[in-house]
Amino acid sequence: MIDAAAFVSDAVVGPFAEFAFMRRALVATLALALSAAPLGVFLTLRRMSLLGDALSHAVLPGVAIGFMLSGLSLTAMAMGGMLAGMAVAALAGLVSRFTVLQEDASLAAVYLLALALGVTLISSHGTQLDLLHILFGSALGVDDQGLLLVAGVASLSLVTLAVLYRGLVLESFDPVFLAASRQRAWIWQQAFLVLVVVNLVAGFQTLGTLMAVGLMMIPAVSARLWHDTLPAQLLNASAQAMLAGASGLLLSYHLDSPSGPTIIGCAGVLYGLSLLVAPGGWLPRLLPPRHRVA
Amino acid sequence: MVTLDNLTVSYRQHPAVHHLSGHFAPGSLTAVVGPNGAGKSTLLKSIVGLLPSAGGSLSVACPRARIAYLPQLNEIDRGFPINVVDCVLLGHWHVARAWGSITVPMLERVASALQAVDLDGFERRPIGSLSSGQLQRVMFARLLVQDADLILLDEPFGSIDARTSAALLRLVLQWHDGGRTVIVVLHDDAQVRACFPETLLMARELVGWGPTGSVLTDDGIRRARAMAEAWDDSADTCRIDDRPAARVPA
Repeated sequence: MIDAAAFVSDAVVGPFAEFAFMRRALVATLALALSAAPLGVFLTLRRMSLLGDALSHAVLPGVAIGFMLSGLSLTAMAMGGMLAGMAVAALAGLVSRFTVLQEDASLAAVYLLALALGVTLISSHGTQLDLLHILFGSALGVDDQGLLLVAGVASLSLVTLAVLYRGLVLESFDPVFLAASRQRAWIWQQAFLVLVVVNLVAGFQTLGTLMAVGLMMIPAVSARLWHDTLPAQLLNASAQAMLAGASGLLLSYHLDSPSGPTIIGCAGVLYGLSLLVAPGGWLPRLLPPRHRVA
Repeated sequence: MVTLDNLTVSYRQHPAVHHLSGHFAPGSLTAVVGPNGAGKSTLLKSIVGLLPSAGGSLSVACPRARIAYLPQLNEIDRGFPINVVDCVLLGHWHVARAWGSITVPMLERVASALQAVDLDGFERRPIGSLSSGQLQRVMFARLLVQDADLILLDEPFGSIDARTSAALLRLVLQWHDGGRTVIVVLHDDAQVRACFPETLLMARELVGWGPTGSVLTDDGIRRARAMAEAWDDSADTCRIDDRPAARVPA
């Protein structure tokens, strides 16, 4: 019993108690998990699971331009990334609105162009190291400014999601109903995409834009295996993302592994467990089939 | 209620509804009948405003919030994690909008709508667990909650059993008795003859529009079936608009 308590205080609480950078990383990761994972649930419901991935690449030219203008300034790169991501989402939205192309097809074309532009800008004005830093981030290097960015974005994004909730549910579930009742149905979709972009960019210092997608999507996908109501799925996704964030940070501390991929790995372990034991998963199908009389 | 004046709606320049003129009178109950590809669903979609017209005009004498539209059942995402009561509550969208509160009378209306379609006790069931007939009853409950003046139904009895479709048909007739304008796309000619006073028979173009008995004749059905279903890619550009339009009296 005492051993267990000592283990917990040493291995679990210890690193956070001892090091300020671990505490900052923890707060940033938890805030990000709380706000990004519910967006992931909506993305999977709208059959847009891969959209986060596309948008995470789309922010690159903006980040690069921010970097070119003011060096490794978080504010400049974050602003650039948000603007680029929103521009790509808006452009793709316009293309699908005024042509026969579906949203995913137009987004694929636009984000690939943005990615090419971003890589060109970075390779002509920076080094390979910068590119890695932007794509993969470093939770352990979160400074106060980065923490404020993540916390601000997470709070704002949760409040906005709450405000958009009813319209977003209707637009995801029955877009025809919404379109039939009102012309401007696309506003919900665009507002939602802005939230996704903002969260990806907020994650870019903590996890890097690519890994931020993992924290957004993996817990969301596993949450859908557990519940058949939306509020439960949203809460479950946030909880899994926070659990993965905290345990991933600890593991990366103890194993001396890069923090972002370790966090995503932990989310992956939770996903694997969900695939096995969740009601929508595999093991329940192996149980002896029972049914009620009515 | 709805006036079509030489309306054309096309997909990639091929007309799905071709120079259609006429009038759905306020309070009328009209069946829209015709072979597959006759443009029936397209007509409903353009009345709701989901499709742009490629020519002519369409006017609806009723604000959009007072129009209810039920698409074919397969357009609903049945995997969505929403339960029956929340789905029916969406019928209050026109009043509650995105931020309005849901009041007790609204909830009571949902409860009585579910009762009217014989689904009390289903409130907490996820819609993915319902049969097609049950889901269609949920959709009708939502229509009841919407309480619209103009109701458009696209093949509402498509894949459901006779008992359910009879029960839903009773609701449609009640709407008609209540003075609402109802337009229903249907395939069952016997049902149309038995219950629908007006019929619009179309095959992209107008074949007949008026009292069911005089429209749904053997001759009319034969003419509608004669429509070529395939697109003709060598067809010339239509010039009807260049001549004075032939009108059907409203």
